[in-house]
Amino acid sequence: MKFGVAVYPGSNCDYDTYYVIRDILNKDVSFVDYRESNIEKYDCIIVPGGFSFGDYLRPGAIASHTPLTNALKEFTEKGKFVIGICNGFQILTEAHLLPGALLPNNHGRFVCKHQYLKVENNNTPFTKKLKKGEVIKLPIAHHDGNYFVDQDTLKKMEENGQIILRYCDKDGNVTPDSNPNGSVSNIAGVSNDRFNVFGLMPHPERACESLLGLTDGLKLFLSIIEN
Amino acid sequence: MLIKFYIKPRKGVLDPQGRAVSESLKSLGFNDVKDVKVGKYIEVYVENKDKDKAIEEAKEMAKKALVNDLIEDYEFEIVE
Repeated sequence: MKFGVAVYPGSNCDYDTYYVIRDILNKDVSFVDYRESNIEKYDCIIVPGGFSFGDYLRPGAIASHTPLTNALKEFTEKGKFVIGICNGFQILTEAHLLPGALLPNNHGRFVCKHQYLKVENNNTPFTKKLKKGEVIKLPIAHHDGNYFVDQDTLKKMEENGQIILRYCDKDGNVTPDSNPNGSVSNIAGVSNDRFNVFGLMPHPERACESLLGLTDGLKLFLSIIEN
Repeated sequence: MLIKFYIKPRKGVLDPQGRAVSESLKSLGFNDVKDVKVGKYIEVYVENKDKDKAIEEAKEMAKKALVNDLIEDYEFEIVE
């Protein structure tokens, strides 16, 4: 499986993601410039976190119509995998590769902490190494992570199993108190209806080595490389 | 020709900035403040001299880039 890590002006989690794939998973990985549109050789493109194009206009808005992001549309139609982390999630919603949008956090502040998450669907290419209902802990660091989607779309996503991760407390209770940003239905990560595009606000690439404190992110990456 | 875009959070979409500004105005004694929406204002200057064409172009710009209609409402006006 060959990975590409997208690089936009302002991406800042690109090297962390590259490091995890190359040095921890020992998989083939290259950086992919945002002006590149020939991405056929890749099997999975990861759109990393950061502040692409300074988050001007709306987070992810300008990055969503660059040559690379435009090429991702055809790439996903072929059934290949795309994962958006944090700003990458925002870019994928702006590009309509995932439903919904990310609004500013309801409390108006940047949030940066370790967060418990509940695995709502483990029957996906991104979560097959996890158990359904399992509680994992990943870092979150964002100002615009407040997931919004209209009620009709939300209902369809729930029926299809497209809600992959929800913010919860340490016992797995999905409550308003465990919601760090005001997201609809505590949503932290979603998939498209074909289950080959995954977006999440937490940072699994920052949780892959015990040296850094958390290792649950590795389970997501280990799921992906099994495909 | 100038296109002026006025963009604001859609009705029912949380607007933390608007809420904070509303509270701030009330704390200054403006007790009749009912609600505040904070949005953005964008000026786009175009070479085009045909107003109908500019209207069509403005709608396309909003749809493709300037506005996310899931979370934002907008209006625009053309200044010749």
